[in-house]
Amino acid sequence: MTELAATDALPKPKRDFVPALLPLLLALATAPLIGSTSSWITLTVASLAMGAMIFVMASGLTLVFGLMDVLNFGHGAFISVGAYVATLVLLPLAGWVQADSLWLNLAVLAPAALLAMAVSGALGLVVERVLILPVYGQHLKQILMTTGGLIVAEQALYALWGPQIIPLPLPTALRGSFILGDVAIAKYRLLAMLVGLIVFIGIQLVLNRTRIGLLIRAGVENREMVEALGYRIRRLFLGVFMAGSGLAGLGGIMWALYREQVHASMGNDLTVLVFIVVIIGGLGSIGGCFIGALLVAMVANYGGFLLPKLALVSNILLMVAILMWRPRGLYAVTSR
Amino acid sequence: MTDLLTLAGVHTHIGPYHILHGVDFGVPEGQTTMLLGRNGAGKTTTLRTIMGLWPASSGRIALAGQRIERSATPDIARLGVGYVPESMAVFSDLTVRENLILAAREGAPDDARLQWIFGFFPALKRFWLSRAGALSGGQKQMLSIARAVVEPRKLLLIDEPTKGLAPAIVMAMIECFAEIKRRGATIVLVEQNFRVAQQIGDTVLVMDNGRIVHRGEMAALAQDGALQERLLGLSLEAHQ
Repeated sequence: MTELAATDALPKPKRDFVPALLPLLLALATAPLIGSTSSWITLTVASLAMGAMIFVMASGLTLVFGLMDVLNFGHGAFISVGAYVATLVLLPLAGWVQADSLWLNLAVLAPAALLAMAVSGALGLVVERVLILPVYGQHLKQILMTTGGLIVAEQALYALWGPQIIPLPLPTALRGSFILGDVAIAKYRLLAMLVGLIVFIGIQLVLNRTRIGLLIRAGVENREMVEALGYRIRRLFLGVFMAGSGLAGLGGIMWALYREQVHASMGNDLTVLVFIVVIIGGLGSIGGCFIGALLVAMVANYGGFLLPKLALVSNILLMVAILMWRPRGLYAVTSR
Repeated sequence: MTDLLTLAGVHTHIGPYHILHGVDFGVPEGQTTMLLGRNGAGKTTTLRTIMGLWPASSGRIALAGQRIERSATPDIARLGVGYVPESMAVFSDLTVRENLILAAREGAPDDARLQWIFGFFPALKRFWLSRAGALSGGQKQMLSIARAVVEPRKLLLIDEPTKGLAPAIVMAMIECFAEIKRRGATIVLVEQNFRVAQQIGDTVLVMDNGRIVHRGEMAALAQDGALQERLLGLSLEAHQ
């Protein structure tokens, strides 16, 4: 009767903090190697900002991967489209962008970001209906369709905006750095970290505190059972795909401002990085994606400073090391 | 008594394999129908085909007179069909509470209904806020059944609920199924344990090689050793 009445205490699920501590451990381990405290702080802040931006771009992809089992190699197109669409607001309102007022700068940045997300999300709707829907469950065809979609999107951007790189200067109030002693912390990096953190907390709240979030988490684990409970998971797929595309668009404008330029292949250039983050984090895991993005950025920044030649392959080496340790990623959610 | 569920000439293919070869049967409303047969006879495929998880290649399936063989799984579930798969399929990353919140499609789970469920399965109350993945096999099965009955359903499809469970839990499940039936639900239950099957079932269907080879009253089969031997002899060593 013990099991029926359950008088024994349930074995407590193990809290797995080790992956969450990795960024901290990596930061502490590199501090003596870098030597200069100011350089270490600058590199760490740069890593956190870069990681936050990569997380924003990759968070949608990990849910799409985990929930829908869709290999979307065209995810980079949403990044590029988001950045280009933002120029439709930022370039005509260059006066506000260059104004020496934080509020005017934000007044133009906010609608630019919202438009980028809306257009990328709407493009996600079209892509899911036209390219993904016919090839659900067929990975090879998904790769071919979405890679083809990425090429078409890239060429369409060239056709519409021309082949030239579009300069996208940072708003005046976000230029420069805060100086703390001999440490300089770029203002825009702080904003990027803040946005990344807000997106992370927002996604966690949705996943853990709402019925839609419960459905997404359940769907990542067992789509079939969610359908057997009476939920039309295809609609959920579409919603997640659009949200993921919109977040990629937001990541696109953040990255474009970080680089202060927009070009059609920027999404394609970031695709491999985003996939590495998703694989490192564990398919479908938002927490894993967040930590994976921080690790990738840290390895790139610290590695670039300490061993510049190694920086070219640092992300691949990181992925190999993580997968040798945990073959399903830092926090595996699905068994795929 | 009218049939709530009818299958007529149902064929199911899974990839290149032809699993169901013209399955015909009716499930009387308000009764518990046991689906018996050796491993690989097609019992699980039959339940999954009714649920739309493996669509029928041909044939007719009707629930309360409404054709459902071309319906999507969520639409079938929304007609009042609950499904307990053999694998239990609890959402292990979600708590017991969250599993039941999702199963209650019409809103928050009804408190009186929850207390009724806790009466059979007190472990679910105790571990209400625990992750389902941390439950034992028997507790996961309780949760899987609770999820199917957290709202009233017309028809319950239950696949081998007692497999590998302790006798005390099996007894609780037998009581639970009897109470569900008293409340008006119709049950189709796949069961390997013939002793359990005879306690629960009103009618019985026996499958072999993707076909129904016997249908009748469970009481008649339970009293007829020769019939048991003939129908289930190859497999009933395992059943008994």
